[in-house]
Amino acid sequence: MTLTIDPTQPALGQRRLGASKPRHGERAIAALLGLCALVSVATTVGIVVALFVPTVEFFRSVSLREFLTTTEWAPLFDRARFGVLPLATATLVTTLCALAVCVPFGLGAAIFLSEYASGRARSLLKPALEVLAGIPTVVYGFFALTFVTPLLQEIWFGPGDPPQIFNGLSAGLVMGVMILPTIASLAEDAMSAVPRSLRAGAFALGSTKLQVSTRVVVPGALSGIVAAIVLGISRAVGETMIVLVAAGGTPNFTFNPAEAMQTMTAFIAAAGMGDQPTGTIGYKTIFAVGAALFVATFVMNQLSIRLVRRYREAYE
Amino acid sequence: MPTPRVFLLSALALALATAACGGGSTQQTAPGGQAMANLSGAIRIDGSSTVAPLSEAAAELFQQQHRNVQVTVGTSGTGGGFEKFCRGETDIADASRPIKSSEADLCKANGVVYEEFTVANDGLSVVVNPANDWARCMTTAQLKKIWDQGSTVNNWKDVDPSFPDVKLDLYGAGTDSGTFDYFTEAINGTSKRSRTDYNATEDDNVTVRGVSGSRGGIGYFGLSYLEENKGKVKGVAIDGGNGCVEATVQTVQNGTYKPLGRPLFIYPTKKLLARPEGLAFVEYYVTNTSAITKQALFVDLTAEQKAKLNSQFEKLKVAGS
Repeated sequence: MTLTIDPTQPALGQRRLGASKPRHGERAIAALLGLCALVSVATTVGIVVALFVPTVEFFRSVSLREFLTTTEWAPLFDRARFGVLPLATATLVTTLCALAVCVPFGLGAAIFLSEYASGRARSLLKPALEVLAGIPTVVYGFFALTFVTPLLQEIWFGPGDPPQIFNGLSAGLVMGVMILPTIASLAEDAMSAVPRSLRAGAFALGSTKLQVSTRVVVPGALSGIVAAIVLGISRAVGETMIVLVAAGGTPNFTFNPAEAMQTMTAFIAAAGMGDQPTGTIGYKTIFAVGAALFVATFVMNQLSIRLVRRYREAYE
Repeated sequence: MPTPRVFLLSALALALATAACGGGSTQQTAPGGQAMANLSGAIRIDGSSTVAPLSEAAAELFQQQHRNVQVTVGTSGTGGGFEKFCRGETDIADASRPIKSSEADLCKANGVVYEEFTVANDGLSVVVNPANDWARCMTTAQLKKIWDQGSTVNNWKDVDPSFPDVKLDLYGAGTDSGTFDYFTEAINGTSKRSRTDYNATEDDNVTVRGVSGSRGGIGYFGLSYLEENKGKVKGVAIDGGNGCVEATVQTVQNGTYKPLGRPLFIYPTKKLLARPEGLAFVEYYVTNTSAITKQALFVDLTAEQKAKLNSQFEKLKVAGS
């Protein structure tokens, strides 16, 4: 006699597999964890709202054109002027100076760590980079003011006057040093993700180590490297303490890094340290500049996402 | 049963939470008749960065006798200090200019009642870099030319043809500063009327650093900062119409340092004066101006000013008790 068992029906007298009663505890935990994740979203939304409400009020009194196109920044003075360009160019100049240091040296360090360094060298270099990343930014700021600026003033051989005591160049250079570990470690991670087989193939074809590094590994890790650089740019744009201490508080519409200049972040810090009564135009100016900073960083992040997607190489 | 690790972590969290929630210095009003040495409490001072070193010196000397009274001195600028003062956030406002009518109205609206005491004199000093040997004396007209609203003077030779071709580097007080109000009124004619493209800060130490690091630098702040930084910056004699006058204790006191001689004020609240430690501190401040101004390198009050101050304070004590 054949025994047929129908697998879709439960066996007689046996319980069904699967939850027989709802597990409330599990659902509660899931909800709680979901709430934790929501906190970050809620905070972002809160910040955006808190930032943009006074900004909208600000632009009711000040025209967008004056804000974006005029070149005199004096919002707290009696004859107030609201052209944000001096702050924007200062942010741009200090960021470019930072990039001039952190991109070549960061990538160089990353390539060295990933391709050339022996185990011992790595074990010495990586902690050193961590230490660099751990130095407080206010210390960097005073380092720029008290060591780098006098040094630059002494060895200046370039065109134009030597740097003033507060200048964008020292601030930018030291910012670059601060950002260097970030770029180095992210780029190195990206390069390590390039499979060994690609390198092996290149060596097998007779490439030198330099050719493998620059023509196989770096292009292969390009999306990660670009992401690292964009992160570096975001950090440079948002850096406050170094520029506050070393670049000065003179709003100055110039592209010459040897001059004193006040970046957007430095203005927010300085104006915030003083005392603007809530609701005045001076108070709202702080938010307007903050919103401009937010928009700039947001645009850069979007750009970075697009670039990363474009250059991404997926390896099996 | 939770593991020992969970217990340890929750105990740590609890300990941190209680430490954070409790604590902080609370104001204690000692009952009348308690010995002077047992005074304790916290006094918050904020305002002018010019007056701050004076208040700090007063606090230091006072705390030598009354170790349990905590005095904190902030430097938000005279204007900023009054904002906080009239919101009831501070006990004493330091000011390098008298309180404005708008600020007085704000205090009145918020129920903040105060007294005004003149505690020192100041010669607002114009300073240049030590390597600057051409601007030993400047007229108020020259200063106005540099600092006036809309001024485009960027080089020393534009100030005076006899000066060399050196770039002007401007450092000065920010808009919250009483020094700013006073300087612009004395030099440019109207308070707060000034050019805007200079390194504006409420922290006079930044001005010291700027001027000391720049050959063509010029800045202005209270006399005590000049005295403190004699090697780093150099004072300029001011010609207010009667010849070049250097800022010294004598010239400020006898009124010949014109137009930049000015009195400095503190504004304690009546509420502070009702507290024993507050009354003791303010009494110490106004009766020991000589010692305090000497310590802080300020210009002491004239005998006339001192007499006026003492009678004002005596009247207050009588009225309060």
